[in-house]
Amino acid sequence: MIDRRTPLRRTFELHVPLAMIVAFALFPYLWMVLTSVKPDADILQWPLRYWPSQLTHEHYVTLLARTSFAANMGNSLIVAVGATLVGLAAAIPAAYAFSRFRFPGRRALLVGFLTANMFPIVLLILPIFVLMRMLGLLDTFVGVIAGHATFAIPFSIWMLTSYFAAIPIELDEAATIDGASRLQAIRLVILPVAMPGIVTTAIYIFITSWNEYLFAMMLAGQDVRTVTVALQLFIGEFSIQWGLLTAGGTLVALPATILFLIIQKRLTGGLTAGAVKS
Amino acid sequence: MSQHPSRRDNVALTPYAFLAPALIITGLVVLVPALRTFWMSLQDLILYRPDAARFIGLGNFVRAFGDEVFWISLRQSLLWIVLAVGLQFLLGFATALLLNQSFWWRSVARALIVIPWALPSVIIGLMWTWMYDFNLGVLNDMLLRLGLIARPVAWLADPDLAFYCVVLTLVWQGFPFFAVTILAGLQSIPADQLEAAEIDGATRWQRLRHVTIPGLADIIMTALLLRIIWVANSLDVILLMTGGGPGYATHTLPLYAFQKAYSAMEYGYGAALAVILTALLMAVVMGYVRRSSRGIAT
Repeated sequence: MIDRRTPLRRTFELHVPLAMIVAFALFPYLWMVLTSVKPDADILQWPLRYWPSQLTHEHYVTLLARTSFAANMGNSLIVAVGATLVGLAAAIPAAYAFSRFRFPGRRALLVGFLTANMFPIVLLILPIFVLMRMLGLLDTFVGVIAGHATFAIPFSIWMLTSYFAAIPIELDEAATIDGASRLQAIRLVILPVAMPGIVTTAIYIFITSWNEYLFAMMLAGQDVRTVTVALQLFIGEFSIQWGLLTAGGTLVALPATILFLIIQKRLTGGLTAGAVKS
Repeated sequence: MSQHPSRRDNVALTPYAFLAPALIITGLVVLVPALRTFWMSLQDLILYRPDAARFIGLGNFVRAFGDEVFWISLRQSLLWIVLAVGLQFLLGFATALLLNQSFWWRSVARALIVIPWALPSVIIGLMWTWMYDFNLGVLNDMLLRLGLIARPVAWLADPDLAFYCVVLTLVWQGFPFFAVTILAGLQSIPADQLEAAEIDGATRWQRLRHVTIPGLADIIMTALLLRIIWVANSLDVILLMTGGGPGYATHTLPLYAFQKAYSAMEYGYGAALAVILTALLMAVVMGYVRRSSRGIAT
């Protein structure tokens, strides 16, 4: 449609309000990053000094050299990669079954997975804690990874099912006629064709796990403490050292932000398509 | 709408074998714990005296109905959902309408506004606590410079303000979800419908009211239900920003359940509160599930 508004009206009806919304969305983030590169003297100045008198990386150096932060980042990376692998290993076969077979209980199971995602975490976390303690999995990577993978599995199954369902079944059949077994057909046909969907799902699981706090806080002690839990503990420990805290925040936020920007367009489709097209 | 004829397999068990890993892990981490919580809610159970657990039937639920903090938490949960989801929706809708026009920095704007959605709750708590800080917070500084307040305000320590401060944080976090979902919906509305309305002399407002919004009703409903479930269940941002305080000012139902279970170690009562939350959400969950599963072919 042709926009018949004058440039002036367009400025006030479009550019100004949208710029304000973008500023609202970005300001807390930018303020955190800006604080992290200010010398302490600037941070403690009142009225505030908005632009730093000089840029400094001292908070980052202190954070990485004097605290366990680097090790916590490592733990988070292990947990998030582990959760991604476990989540995909469970979700890919399940999505394959949902997209390629019609079997009794199919609909009930699909709905069941969707519902599993809707349980309040407070309902689950207590018995999971007890269960993990019983199995000796408290403060182990296995425990945290299993939890994070599970929380991501339902959404991953729904998303992958719609990707797999979009692949014509004739492709599988052609492979089978050429002598491929079912597993070969999956490996050689389905997985390569569905790769964009699989990558999106993988990144989604990674971000969910990297960002998660409550579950990791409950299950991880000293040994596998993730970076979100560590940062929260720093807030108590270095309560007024905002330079250090914002440096930590910036480092934690970075991977999630970058990965999210990569997949966001496809993720929205998956979230709201709502129905598995089949 | 079956795109591919179902391929009858000789081995009827094959699909279940493919589903087994997902079923086992989900059963172990979701289903079994959920059932255990229901069972725990019927007991008088305190963490370090597991042997002293007594079956008390609905005793915990009866206790909740006589518990003043339960009612405070419930009322605040409702207000929390209405305000946070409502404002997220309105701001998200406005953003989507703006982004649905063509202008040179549109793709940049679209990418930037999703950033709050990507961030971990711990970072959200951290950055907002820092902005709300009494001594060095940027919010106090800006409002003082603008002359809107006479002296610094203790945003998160004031029982009258803390709740709304956390709501604002939640609005910030959640509006991008509505913006991108509604934008996707807007782009699927056929342009000829809008053009036809324009030719018929409909104003911009009338086109919005009679063409755009009805066309979006479905997607808006799904997004609202999904978001209500998320916001109703979420407790980490509140936990990180105020811990439910000052006093009970920012208590919501999941937060109260969590605190009873962890700080007070009253597993039985905490479990009962979690069960009440789940029961109250059931209608919303059912609504969402029904909409989402409409397209499943059997």
